[in-house]
Amino acid sequence: AVLKGRLRSQVSAALKEGQVTPTELCQRCLALIKSTKFLNAYITVAEETALKQAEESEERYKRGQPLGILDGIPIAVKDNFNTAGIETTCASNMLKGYISPYNATVVQKLLDQGAVLLGKTNLDEFAMGSGSTDGVFGPVRNPWSYSKQYKEKSVPKSHSEDEESNWVITGGSSGGSAAAVSSFTCFAALGSDTGGSTRNPAAHCGVVGLKPTYGLISRHGLIPLVNSMDVPGILTRCVDDAAVLLGSLAGHDPKDSTTVQDDFKPFELPNLTDVSQLAIGIPKEYNAPGLSSEILALWSKAADLFKNAGAKVVEVSLPHTCYSIVCYHVLCTAEVASNMARFDGLEYGHRSDKKDSTESMYAATRREGFNDVVRGRILSGNYFLLKQNYEKYFVKAQKVRRLIANDFVEVFRSGVDILLTPTTLSDAAPYTEFIQEDNRTRSAQDDVLTQAANMAGLPAISVPTALSERGLPVGLQFIGRSFQEKQLLTVAKWFEKQVQFPMIQLEEVKRHDDGVFQHQKSASFS
Amino acid sequence: QKVSVEVLDHLEHLALVDFRDSEGVERLQKAIQFADQLHEVNTDGVEPMDSVLEDRWCLYLREDDVTEGNCTKDLLENAREKVEEYFVAPPGTDFLTKV
Repeated sequence: AVLKGRLRSQVSAALKEGQVTPTELCQRCLALIKSTKFLNAYITVAEETALKQAEESEERYKRGQPLGILDGIPIAVKDNFNTAGIETTCASNMLKGYISPYNATVVQKLLDQGAVLLGKTNLDEFAMGSGSTDGVFGPVRNPWSYSKQYKEKSVPKSHSEDEESNWVITGGSSGGSAAAVSSFTCFAALGSDTGGSTRNPAAHCGVVGLKPTYGLISRHGLIPLVNSMDVPGILTRCVDDAAVLLGSLAGHDPKDSTTVQDDFKPFELPNLTDVSQLAIGIPKEYNAPGLSSEILALWSKAADLFKNAGAKVVEVSLPHTCYSIVCYHVLCTAEVASNMARFDGLEYGHRSDKKDSTESMYAATRREGFNDVVRGRILSGNYFLLKQNYEKYFVKAQKVRRLIANDFVEVFRSGVDILLTPTTLSDAAPYTEFIQEDNRTRSAQDDVLTQAANMAGLPAISVPTALSERGLPVGLQFIGRSFQEKQLLTVAKWFEKQVQFPMIQLEEVKRHDDGVFQHQKSASFS
Repeated sequence: QKVSVEVLDHLEHLALVDFRDSEGVERLQKAIQFADQLHEVNTDGVEPMDSVLEDRWCLYLREDDVTEGNCTKDLLENAREKVEEYFVAPPGTDFLTKV
């Protein structure tokens, strides 16, 4: 039961009172990771070090000196954050076997507060993708594929075919982290968010996904994709827990000069009861092509929820929304082309055996190390950065970016406090359906609702809202003003309380030696 | 507008990823086509945006003091080919090498 508790009010208390020990918590999570291995959420499980961290935490609790709320709490980290002594692969052949000599700042902060690092989670290769299907370790399966809620709604074709072909994706690229949190194997996980990579899988997996304001949390040690848009993301089971994580991670880092120097004060979220002072904006352009009627209806229902509670709800316009995907496409590929140039086989990572010349070694290394998606983006990016194209594409995109960012400034200036939008166009697709379109097409489709917030650097959070007709989670997104995470999370928490999103009822899946999944009816996790 | 062979050669040399199969070239063409939509937007008088934090002047230069280092051994750990404290690369570059 403690696995389902809230960090501040329940788990922390339980640990302090000795109702459960950090070692027990750690062991339980490790066991759960083993029994949910078929989800493929974890690339590396750091069992030994985790147990050691748990033991050390236990000593502190015994002495009555826990380091804070996160002491002894099992967490997982997306595999594009550097972790000292633990493999960091970015789900790519380029970094298989790479053991970093240092911890990313956010990882170090968590460890300094006694958190227990269970392992590294799966993702799309180098965080490029919106399905968590394109990494070298295989796709991540959405835990909801194995939920009572989904199974009740799906029509099985045949008994054995059912398990194999019906499972749905987690979304991406932080799918492993979302699945890990969703299946109770950890209390919180770090993801990254460049175009929606934390919020998208959060919505599909029924968990909270927070994208903080750009510049609030250090990117030092987060293997970069787009330096001007990347942020570490936070995935938890409730908004309060996201606030706890935010409190322990935010703040200036001298090692990341793009972090703001303002003092950050961790906060507890108030229990908002009166929303009459709030102005919620509904951007009409977010009724985007392809948005499912189901999600449109949920969005409308949510707007009514605020209206009926006394908040001011207004339609607003972000006129350049339709160009944000194109703009992102150019800026992202350009920055990727630059960032991926460091992978040449000389200092770390995969190295080809080709010895004819430096360049041929580099080229072979990169051909062998990167998948098609990564190579495609590097190529496009280099094209847009060519001297003859620089003004036409890259600088042009930077100008369009300003227009997109200004749209938000105007809307917030007009008196709106928070924007309410859908997070995804639909609920999670079955894997077999998802892979029929290529990565770039999928990303272009799926990122449309999330990535403008990255363009503008604004904080945004996806909150699990309701189950779809297919029994799968749907999340809605709140976008706030820069550095106003407290207001954003307060509103999100109020909303979370109103919608009472159901808990996942995971049913055990036993696998027989001949590889055929055998569905076993059992008591749901309690 | 098709991307010319000269540009493709140049790109291959710059990007150091090969893509000479028709699929790669087609993918590039599609990417360019997609990006061309940008030109529908009127950006007269608009300054390019480098960073969303431009108003905060937070990019700074710190004092030129040594605060960390002496980690040669750690840094060499992950390199596959090294000699003493050098990373070893194959000799020379060959612009025309086909991979």
